[in-house]
Amino acid sequence: MNLEDIIQETKTYYCLECGKCTSVCPVARYDPSFSPRQMIENALLGFGNELLFDKELFSCLTCYTCQQKCPSDIDFPVFVQKARSLAQDNEQHGVCAHSGQLQSLARLMTGPAIKQKRLEWLSKEYRVSENGDVLLWVGCAPYFAPIFEDIEFNALDITKASLKALNSLGIAPKLLPNEKCCGHDALWTGDVETFKKLAEYNAAQIKEAGVKKIVFSCPEGYRTFKLDYPNYVDLGCEVQHISEFLAEKIEQNGLKFKEIKKKVTYQDPCRLGRHLGVYEAPRKVLKSIPGIELVEMKHSGLESICCGTSAFTNCDSYSNMLRAERLCEATETGAELLITACPKCQTHFRCAMTDKGKEHRSTSKIEIMDLANLVANAIE
Amino acid sequence: MAEFEPQIVAFCCNWCTYAAADLAGTSRIHYPPNVKIVRVMCSGMVNPIYVLKAFEGGADGVLVAGCHLTDCHYIDGPVKCDAAIDKLRKVLHVLGLEDERLRREMIATSEGTVFAHVIQEMVEQLKKLGPSPFKVKMEALA
Repeated sequence: MNLEDIIQETKTYYCLECGKCTSVCPVARYDPSFSPRQMIENALLGFGNELLFDKELFSCLTCYTCQQKCPSDIDFPVFVQKARSLAQDNEQHGVCAHSGQLQSLARLMTGPAIKQKRLEWLSKEYRVSENGDVLLWVGCAPYFAPIFEDIEFNALDITKASLKALNSLGIAPKLLPNEKCCGHDALWTGDVETFKKLAEYNAAQIKEAGVKKIVFSCPEGYRTFKLDYPNYVDLGCEVQHISEFLAEKIEQNGLKFKEIKKKVTYQDPCRLGRHLGVYEAPRKVLKSIPGIELVEMKHSGLESICCGTSAFTNCDSYSNMLRAERLCEATETGAELLITACPKCQTHFRCAMTDKGKEHRSTSKIEIMDLANLVANAIE
Repeated sequence: MAEFEPQIVAFCCNWCTYAAADLAGTSRIHYPPNVKIVRVMCSGMVNPIYVLKAFEGGADGVLVAGCHLTDCHYIDGPVKCDAAIDKLRKVLHVLGLEDERLRREMIATSEGTVFAHVIQEMVEQLKKLGPSPFKVKMEALA
């Protein structure tokens, strides 16, 4: 695939050069050299190298804010995704956060002989089954747990909370002992080869498991399974985010909560919100817990601001400023708890609040929790 | 079929372990030739990604070796190294990698024999374990 094919495929030639994308882009607000419009122009005017060899190509958050405002409906994030894969072919990898450890883990997971020990956290208090219809996708949580120890974030807590919620609904989900990375980060950093291998492996595992529905506690995995896997593999089952699943059950009166008196605000993860259009389900879940008062931030729903980093690439001082801004908005609401529905949003926000560097530390502090954890706490 | 020869990548600190490896050589101490030494300025600079990349490239085992805790040329390198390797070990455990494949040692300049012994021991252990489960690329090359 060359740049011309990408332009044809993503229909970027419809660009009117209006610059709305750059004016709404959260990265461009802080980083003066980042401009989605300029990137598209470079591609259209034949300056391919200007686009592919620019480190800014990896700065895009792929948060879909630009696409919401684009009069020509250009799918800029997909354009970036494909351009990145072209950049990878030219040995351009962007600057990966955590020195690229997480991308490396995804590549290591493609090894056919590995036998992961990813379910060691599973204790007897949780019920799982060997042949249920519902599968709970654990995702990268077992890897995140040791990596993000020092920012006091245990991603497995979210998995455990989701499991508890499912158990209380009388569902004993199936867990895959050797599931592999969904490939989200590999795909969005342009490593399509790794993504394909992971997708094929996971699809085969899921087919073998014979489940009807996969529930995700991570919007990135959800997005990948819902929108990206169908381009490469056939899954043959339904996928749902835990918030949607819970909202459905609450509507059917399947869950009763005890009172939690708290004023909370909700961060729409870009993958769940703008990518997949799930805005109502998490709010419905929040409102169904007695005592919870939901206050919206200045920018919410469609206009919600991203947590500042996606796919663990190009996390820099600009992303930190973005996070600080979002945390400031969250504290301004007067809420005592910031609820997210994405483990990665939580990672990035927690990191911003504990960052040791004086200049980059966010001054706003707020307690942060995943939606699944709040639900698990409210279960009687 | 020829016996499996494990490939070890050793990250050795310039001030202690690299000198120890040198001493092992000048003292004519025999140790298996399965190790590829990467000289680093301090064991504290061994980022987990170096180890992961070594495994990605087909290493069967990785050794991270440097000064003893109180000998560091840069005060607290080994402390940083220990912290990073401990964390990485937990991650690799989830990935299903045997603990023996990642080894952390402190070998001082004068301990050439210790270096030779560590390599000897590691090669024996790795021979028992067999090739790394990540090995895809190397097989494709062979």
